[in-house]
This record gives sequence, C-alpha cells and structure tokens, in this order.
Amino acid sequence: MTRTVTLLGPQRRPNLQLVVRDVDPNAAIAFVTAGWQERETDDAEMREVLGGRGVNLTLHTRWLELHERDREYAHAEREHDLVLAELRELYLTQLDHALRATYGIATAKQARPRVTRVAMRDALEVVRLIDVQHLERVKEVQQAFYDAWRPGERPEIARHRDEVATILKDADAVVIAGGHVGELTRVLHLFQVGPHLPSFVAAWSAGAMALADRVVLFHDFVPHGVAQTEVYTEGLGVVHDLVPMPHVRRRLRTDDLVRMSVLAKRFAPSRCLVLDDGARVPLAPDGQLPEGARVLNDEGQVEELGAA
Amino acid sequence: MSTTPGTRQPTSKLAINRLRDRRPLDDAAVDRFLARHTEVPVVEGSRCTFLYRGEADEVFLAQRIVGLPELLPLRRLRGTDLWYLVLELPEGSRVNYQLEVRRNGLVERINDPLNEKLSYSPVGTSSVCFGHGYVSPEWTEPDPDARPGDLMSMTVRSRALRRDCPVTVYLPARFRRTGSYPLLIVHDGPDFLQYAAAKTVLDNLIHRLDVAETVVAFLHPHDRLTEYADSTAHSRFVTDELLPRLETELPLAATRSGRCLMGSSFGAVASLSTAVRSSDTYGSLILMSGSFVFTDIGTDHGGGEVFDPVVKFVNRYRAKPTHVADRVFVSCGVYEPLIVPNRSMVPTFESAGMTVEYVEARDGHNWENWRDRLRDALSWVYPGPQKLYYE
Repeated sequence: MTRTVTLLGPQRRPNLQLVVRDVDPNAAIAFVTAGWQERETDDAEMREVLGGRGVNLTLHTRWLELHERDREYAHAEREHDLVLAELRELYLTQLDHALRATYGIATAKQARPRVTRVAMRDALEVVRLIDVQHLERVKEVQQAFYDAWRPGERPEIARHRDEVATILKDADAVVIAGGHVGELTRVLHLFQVGPHLPSFVAAWSAGAMALADRVVLFHDFVPHGVAQTEVYTEGLGVVHDLVPMPHVRRRLRTDDLVRMSVLAKRFAPSRCLVLDDGARVPLAPDGQLPEGARVLNDEGQVEELGAA
Repeated sequence: MSTTPGTRQPTSKLAINRLRDRRPLDDAAVDRFLARHTEVPVVEGSRCTFLYRGEADEVFLAQRIVGLPELLPLRRLRGTDLWYLVLELPEGSRVNYQLEVRRNGLVERINDPLNEKLSYSPVGTSSVCFGHGYVSPEWTEPDPDARPGDLMSMTVRSRALRRDCPVTVYLPARFRRTGSYPLLIVHDGPDFLQYAAAKTVLDNLIHRLDVAETVVAFLHPHDRLTEYADSTAHSRFVTDELLPRLETELPLAATRSGRCLMGSSFGAVASLSTAVRSSDTYGSLILMSGSFVFTDIGTDHGGGEVFDPVVKFVNRYRAKPTHVADRVFVSCGVYEPLIVPNRSMVPTFESAGMTVEYVEARDGHNWENWRDRLRDALSWVYPGPQKLYYE
C-alpha cells in the first residue's frame, strides 16, 4: 500500500487542518489521543479540526478497562514494566559513560587531529553498539512477554483489537497526537494499530516519534537523572531512517555543537528530523524527506534540506 | 540618571551609613529611614543590615552560623534608639535568627519585630533573613494547576516498637490500583508535612513531571531521639513490619530500586541505620543534614548523651563502610555545625561503591533548608517522566 505520511511539529499553533483538508471530506478519520492519558477524551478541539468526522480510538481508556477486567494480565504487565525499567537503568548507566567519553574525545585538544578522528569514530561505534544492543534486548523482552501471555488469545484484548481494527478499516486516515510517548507506543502495539493503518497518516510530536523504527527520547534540561538522549523502544516502523525530534529548541542544548554533532552522527544514516512549532513535513511516497525539511547535520547545526 | 521603581541603584555606601551621616540624626530621621526600608534586614548585595529599635542595654543577633559567634552584638546608632549590625552573607544565603535584648538585667530572645518573615519548626518560630539571591522556590507554594494527591491514615501494630504506629500515606493524584509505584519512606513525617510543605512539593513536582508518581509513607515517631538513634527496634519496624504491609496493601514496585528511605538530622541517621541492617532492601537513601557525628579518637563528641548511640553507630560504619543502597543523596547547609560530618560521609559512602549525589546550600539546620532540597533529592532518586512527554 502506498501511504501518505505527514509529520508535524507541536500543535501550539495548529496546522493539522492544512493536512487533513486533503482527505475526502466524507471519509471518517480515526484519531489517537492516548498520549494524553487521562485527558484522552478531552478531544473537542481535535474533533473540530477534523470537521466532525473524527473517531477517537480511545486506546488509553481501553487499556485502563483491560487492566480492570483482566487483573492477571495487568499484574503481568506491571512485572514486565519493571523488567523494562531495570533494563533501561542498566542501559543508561552504560550509555552515560560511553557518551561522556565521546564528548571528552570530541573536545580533546590533541596535537594530531587524525588520531582524535579515529578515536571519535571508535567512540561513536561503542555508543551505537550500546543503542543497538539495548533495542535488541527490549525486543527480546517484549517478545518473551507476548509469547508468555499471548495477548491475542485473551478475550478482553482480542475484543479491543477487533473494535480498533473495525474503526481503522472504515477510516481513510488516522491522526496521532502527542503526549506520553511511552504510554502511546505501548497501546499502539498492544491494540495492533500498526497493521491496520489506513493509507493516510498524520502525526505530531510523540505521535510522530511512535511512527519511526525506534523511539528516541531526549531532554537536556531534566532537573536530575541521566539526561542523555536514549533509544527507548521499538516504534511502529511506518517511517524509516528517521529520528523525529519535536521541541528541539526547548529540549536540547542546540548551542552545544559537540553534543548536537554527536547526536546526528550517532543515529546516522538515519536523519534527526527537527519538528519544532509549525513544522509540517509531508514524506514522499518512498519515505524520503521533502526539500525544506529541517535536520541536524554532522556539524551539529540545524539545516534545511535542499538549501544552497 | 533614572531609577526603575522598586529597585535601588547600587552605591558603595550602605543605607545605614548614609543614615549615620545624616544631620540632625534624630527620631524623625530614624522614622523616615524605617519607613523607606520596609524589608528588614536591609539587604544590599552581600551585606545585610540587621536592625532593632527600642531601649536596651545590649542587643545581640542570635544565630547558629558555624564559624561565627552565636551572639553578635548590634551597635547603637548614636543619639537614637536604633541598633544595627552589618553582616556579610554570600549570595543565596538564608539565615534563621532571633534578637537577644538585654535590659535592666533581663534577657529576652525575640523574633525580629521589624521582619515579618518567619521560619517554623517543632520548637517554635524564628525570624529569617533572605540573603541576596535567595528566592523561596515557587514549587513549594500551592499550584492551582497541580492535581492534589491524597493523604490517608493507617496504623501499623508494631511488635518491635511495642506500640501502634500511625503512618500517613501519600497517594499521587492519578493513583490507580492497577499501577505500580515506587515507595518513599519519610522519617519525621508530620514535620515534613507541616514544616517542609511535603504534600504541596510532591503535588507540584509530580505535576511538573520532575518526579515520578510516588507513594510516600510518612512515619510518626514517638520518641525520635531514641527510635532514630540507631535503634534495632525502629529498623525492624520499618523493614519487617511496615514495608511488607505497604507492599501487600498498595500497588508498589516492591523492588530494591523502588524503595527509598529519607530523613533529616536524626531521621537521616535512622534512614542509614535501617539500611545498614537490611542492605539488600533499599535502593536509595535521602540523607539531609544527617546527625552523623563521629570521633576519630576518643569518645568526646560534644553532642551530649543522646548522641552516644549515634556516634557509636557512625564510628562503626566509618570504620567499615558497607554498600547499603545503590544511590545516596546527601545534603547539608554550610552554616550548620553538621557540615563537616556530612562532607566527611561523602567519601565514606563512595568508598562502599554507592553513587552519591551531594548538595550543599547556604542555609542552616532547619526545615526550609530541607524543603528547598526536596526537588534535587526526589528528582534524582525518582526522576519524573519529562523525557517521555512530547505534547
């Protein structure tokens, strides 16, 4: 299926209406606000933007309901979350050391730049390896959980999956809002939204992140804890070779070119796509970024594609 | 040169010195001076002028800044009933104080009548001076946007302590029975709630995503100087009686990394000694201004009888530091006498392989200091999900 995907920046100054106007006015548009968690159904504004044809998949509400009705699964999922949290903690410990080493090498004033370049390449390889291995471990743990608990065979989950699939089948488009990217990704996977996505997809902020192959978290200004940019989990894999990065100016030290450069190189050949306020990035049918899309370059600067 | 209303142009001459030069220097001049300086002490950069007006033989500033005499004399402004003292306080300082007024052989300790700012504690109030650059953190004030959590009471029958132990449990705003929460156990619970605005702080920091949604158990001590001074009975109560009950009745993570003990002063000693007695149970400790008094040789610690068991415990621990938690947050005010023991504990903890976050503040041994450190402490121990939100 050829899919039209548009990635958007935060909707503080909404531009979603410019995207959905291309959808058949008589067609239904499914939407996901699960990232808003308990505010999921405060969706009047979204319905208005969608011209009254929006159908909320209410994935967060379904998940809460599932937890109430299938306590055994809820308990298992809690345990599973603890395993993932432990895995993440260990990964962040490794990552923190590796990235600090990388920054140290990047800022080292050595007499022979060639030596530094080689050391930098090696350091980046270590970081990439840690990222790749972590994602593999997460996938293994997820798979083990699904194998053990077989969500599709549990009546409550199966019912919700069927309902979601039916809504998506009748929709021409799906819109995915931002919010808590962890909770959003969890329910998108659990209720199998990915396999039933219609041909037109628009998503912003956390929604855009969830569409990628891997979800990458970043925030340089957390009061404490490890602020290193991290690979969190597997995304829906709708868009490839992209790391969507909303709120870059608010969340990253963009003036620290060493860190920004490491960030860009670490995820290469994937591109770090800057999705600040007002961004609207319609991907080409083959998934390529359009001219004008803003990405991080190897020097750690934000540049527009196609700019001379 | 124009002056922005509400700001004072920096001059090299202090306001009190300008007043001293005034002629005639009479009651009316003092009246005008005090009317102009409604904020007392008068803070001009790093120099703070403490004031007292009234008849007296002597007036002293009573404070407990380590390195300064406990009583600092104020000088009388010639020909007036105004007394003053200029004290140099580094940026960001916060100092609790009282005035000692001596008159006709009578000695009276009072809060500063010219200063409305008060510091509260279980033993009463004192005046407080906000040095240049100190701002009371806004997250310590109620935020109407922050959804409030709930406080509920429970009683744990303790065989170890031979009494019914009341516990106040904080449940975060969006608490769900099907969730999974980390646990924080707080010594001196009622004082943290009353004097360190713990509930407001938790509501705000969780709302702002600085701190993870956390269940907090506030302990009510009976005789804290005994129970918190390395008491086996207290440790057994916390680890063998309270913890299993909480983990049975509430949806807690029930893992080492999801358990933290917190305390200030003697409460910090209780937190550490409880962890020492059960080194596999707790992942983190928050130790604020811990009463970690020790001796390198001899037994003359100067802390009095109540410190005897503490000193024995700390000496023992320092002689053989053990890994009792993975992460330890340590904070202390640089103006309190406990600053040296607390600084000394940092390498001791690190030598046992624990990750230590150490924070100092230009403050004293008081509840506002501990309140102001809560953001650093809690967001380090249980970081909030800021990294996961992309609206």
